[in-house]
Amino acid sequence: MFRLNSIRLNHSKNTAEIKTVPLPAPSYVKIPMAMHMGAPCTPLVKKGDRVLAGQKIGDSDAFFSAPVHASVSGTVKEISDYRLMNGTVCKAVEIEADEEQKTCEFTPPEITDRESFVKAVRESGICGLGGAGFPTHVKLSPKGEIDTLIINAAECEPFITSDYRQMMENPEDVLGGIRMIMKYLSVPKAILAIEGNKPEAISEFTKLTANEPEITVFRLPSTYPQGAEKVIIHSTTGRVVMEGQLPSDQKVIVMNVSTAAFIHRYAETGIPLISRRITVEGSAVGKPMNITAPIGTMVSEILKFTETDTEHMNKLIAGGPMMGACLFSADTPVVKTSNSFIAEKDYREPVQSACIRCGRCVRACSMNLMPLEIEKAFRRKDISALQSLKTGLCMNCGACTYVCPANRKLAETNQLAKALLPKKK
Amino acid sequence: MKNLVMSPSPHRSSDMSTRKIMSIVIVSLVPAMIAAVTFFGFRAAALIAVCTASSVVFEYLCRKIMKREQTIGDLSAAVTGIILALNLPVTLPFWMAVLGSFVAIVIVKQLFGGLGQNFANPAITARIVLMISLTAPMTTWALPEYWKPEAVSDTSVIVNSNTVLTGPTPLVSGDASYMSLFLGNVGGCLGETSALALLLGGLFLMYKKVISPAAPVSFIGSVALLTWITGGDPLYQILSGGLFLGAFFMATDYATTPVTNKGKIIFGLGCGIITFVIRNYGSYPEGVSFSILLMNILTPYIDMFTKTKPLGAKEVKADAK
Repeated sequence: MFRLNSIRLNHSKNTAEIKTVPLPAPSYVKIPMAMHMGAPCTPLVKKGDRVLAGQKIGDSDAFFSAPVHASVSGTVKEISDYRLMNGTVCKAVEIEADEEQKTCEFTPPEITDRESFVKAVRESGICGLGGAGFPTHVKLSPKGEIDTLIINAAECEPFITSDYRQMMENPEDVLGGIRMIMKYLSVPKAILAIEGNKPEAISEFTKLTANEPEITVFRLPSTYPQGAEKVIIHSTTGRVVMEGQLPSDQKVIVMNVSTAAFIHRYAETGIPLISRRITVEGSAVGKPMNITAPIGTMVSEILKFTETDTEHMNKLIAGGPMMGACLFSADTPVVKTSNSFIAEKDYREPVQSACIRCGRCVRACSMNLMPLEIEKAFRRKDISALQSLKTGLCMNCGACTYVCPANRKLAETNQLAKALLPKKK
Repeated sequence: MKNLVMSPSPHRSSDMSTRKIMSIVIVSLVPAMIAAVTFFGFRAAALIAVCTASSVVFEYLCRKIMKREQTIGDLSAAVTGIILALNLPVTLPFWMAVLGSFVAIVIVKQLFGGLGQNFANPAITARIVLMISLTAPMTTWALPEYWKPEAVSDTSVIVNSNTVLTGPTPLVSGDASYMSLFLGNVGGCLGETSALALLLGGLFLMYKKVISPAAPVSFIGSVALLTWITGGDPLYQILSGGLFLGAFFMATDYATTPVTNKGKIIFGLGCGIITFVIRNYGSYPEGVSFSILLMNILTPYIDMFTKTKPLGAKEVKADAK
């Protein structure tokens, strides 16, 4: 089996051995109605309503969506407009938290078969916790038969350790989630894929699954982007997800490890997705660590808690340093997909210079694309060249920009070039 | 709170830069420069200095006149200057060396848009221009330690009012020992005589992953193979002339050679075949420069036919619009 191109990064997993700390309850949360891929939810509460933690406050009739729950108890202060990362606007429920912090009465869902399992997963509000936010119940409703469940524990971005802490702190949830999915979706085999830079997780799970031959622990190479869906499928099974296909067309489901763990925890407790584990890191952060924070908590609260030097901070990233998005303000709420916040000081934009045709971007691309050619085709707005260069396959992992000695913004150009491609029918 | 920088991902970049790559190339050329000075004396150092300085000055002036951002800091002009010097005979008058830098930097590089935009290798083109326009001084090969009085003999010529012992390049004479070819103790251009020094530099570039072995291996390999098939002496052929200098330092130039490894192998093969043909059947004794220039011209076509195959890509329909 050939190996896909990948790059070596400085892992900087400085928070790996620090136990997760729960963030003190915030006094105010702002919960957007679209934290997942798919249709945004409609608020089920109105201004002045009293809500309990765990109460459903948003839902949608669409299948491709996931409900939203209140993360604290308190009073709905406002239903406001909130601009998402992608520029679109959705509603957000702002809640003033009260002193008591009362929760709803949680009852574990009744799960007996595939249908009730998928229904329960939808009710939990879960979507892919790794960053993309694909509604999990949709992923668990594949058309055809699935022969392998791949649990993505690569965590290939530098800094982020939230999945690792999940694995080390709650290994039983991880395995429980895997077993449930295998049972209810009749998947015969599961692969827990962990990057080689997490040897303790590998040995722990190898030990725990010693009597379960149907679950294998797979050691991924510690290169970037091992956690990308197509890359992890290729690394673990050798299968290639063709252009336009879904992983399920290759009979696999890829799920983030924390997502699988959450499913088990929800089945046991009935507590929906109202908080999540977040890695807080970066040069401006005084106490880098993993925290668990209620969804909707303001990032500024988290920065305060981790003693971040906001005075000198000049870059704030939601997500990892390779694929995360810049925030323009710390007054941004934690959403379901927030796996990390990175606060940097003294960040300087690298200066671009001319392409020297060294080909490093080509050798870095897991998808075997030619970013330097895509850039040229983009500049001359040559749509048919962009099509034959398969610009649409770019997953924006950023490896090309990272390795470019001329600091050209190749990944960005690829995204802009995608917009020129004719829309699929 | 300061204003937050808004920029697209990724928010990290490798510590590799154009300037760093060029610095590594300069370091890799140090053994060849040392060999040049060892065998051809102080004038070799002076020639290297003249070429490097004039290349940098021409680059500076070009960018200034064209009102473009200054690029002498990326060190690419210095690299061109050093490689050009290594392609010249030690006895060449300085003004001709400066003319070479002018051709390389102004005509070949900057007129086509500067670093990365030139279609031909600046140093190679300059060498060829000098070779064709100033054939006599460009083909006067001083022998190592040519300044020693006992070296004066009937093959001596007057260069710059000094009597200098010269001889044909070992490529023509065919009588040098493998050891002197390997070490560089033979007549020839400054930097092409010592196979050892060039090999050290080439291996260093590969170790640093600045160049891929694809082009040098296929270039040198194809020359050796063709020589062997036709009953020649492959080792003698690859150690003499400008083959190592060309294969390691000029057939690996990013801007003027194909991007993919497949393309680089084809490029090297083409260079090897053309070099072999010129050396054996052409009227010039050496064909490395011509082969590289010709293959430079073919590079866009090689690139066109050696694109990578994207993972899981479907065929594009002929009429995509």
